Amino acid sequence: MHDGHDDHDHHHGHGHNHPHDPIEVPDGAGHYELMVHAIKELLIEKGVISADDIRKTLEFMDTRTPALGAKVVAKAWTDPAFKKRLMEDGTKAVAELGIPMGDAELIVVENTKDTHNVVVCTLCSCYPRTVLGLPPDWYKSRNYRSRVVVEPRAVLKEFGTTVPDDVTVRVHDSNADMRYLVLPMRPPGTEGWSEERLAGLVTRDCMVGVAVPKAEKVPA
Amino acid sequence: MSEVANARFKPGDRVRIGDHNPPGHRRVPVYARGREGTIERICGAFPNPEELAYGFDGLPKRTLYRVRIRQADIWPQYKGNPKDILELEIYEHWLEPA
Repeated sequence: MHDGHDDHDHHHGHGHNHPHDPIEVPDGAGHYELMVHAIKELLIEKGVISADDIRKTLEFMDTRTPALGAKVVAKAWTDPAFKKRLMEDGTKAVAELGIPMGDAELIVVENTKDTHNVVVCTLCSCYPRTVLGLPPDWYKSRNYRSRVVVEPRAVLKEFGTTVPDDVTVRVHDSNADMRYLVLPMRPPGTEGWSEERLAGLVTRDCMVGVAVPKAEKVPA
Repeated sequence: MSEVANARFKPGDRVRIGDHNPPGHRRVPVYARGREGTIERICGAFPNPEELAYGFDGLPKRTLYRVRIRQADIWPQYKGNPKDILELEIYEHWLEPA
């Protein structure tokens, strides 16, 4: 970088181009961060929740990962009776595996050779957090939320998922009290696999419906 | 799922989503207002979020439905399989028979 900088005197900001702007950490909190702190303090002060409640909730959320959802899916693939219960009442069925839904209810939607499901929350970022952990940034982005309802096939293609023309795309707007988990199709070539090995195929994106599991990606 | 007594609609019923724009916290996306669809299922009864948002208890509970709408009935320019659908959750007081 110093080629041609014969007169470089280490007084930056003049006379030559930097490859990037200096990295700056803004001082102080932004508006929303301050609001969060203010509301948190008020809720504690008024006795609605305690600081310990908040810490416990954060600790609990740290234990939530897509591996939980993958376990649900793999069990549904290998245990038809469980799958039946899961489709009838997702909330109750995941509770069997020790996964609580909290205040929300879980609806499981099944991909078939005729239907591909994809989940969005156009109003905010509702997501089955106790089953999949925190949502990825793209799930909360205006781009995804506004476009997947209008042009789901184009958005899915951007995720590398091409849905054949004769397959119905079924978009689920998670706009109120339900949360959604996509039950993908079990990939061919996985006959005889253990539940654990199957779970390794099931990614977060497969359970939101922007991807489908593939067997060839995972070494035996 | 919580049981619902006296649900006004049942799965398969044709419904129209209210086409109004009241101020305040609403859970009906604007794109769905005024659209017609079919009741896909009854989700249960839940405290009314439009009241909960302002610190009220949201009671009596309202019946929540999943409404299935053809994409082509939402977006006139929709490209894709004419059978493509969108489903979303609508409270009973936003629905009328179609």
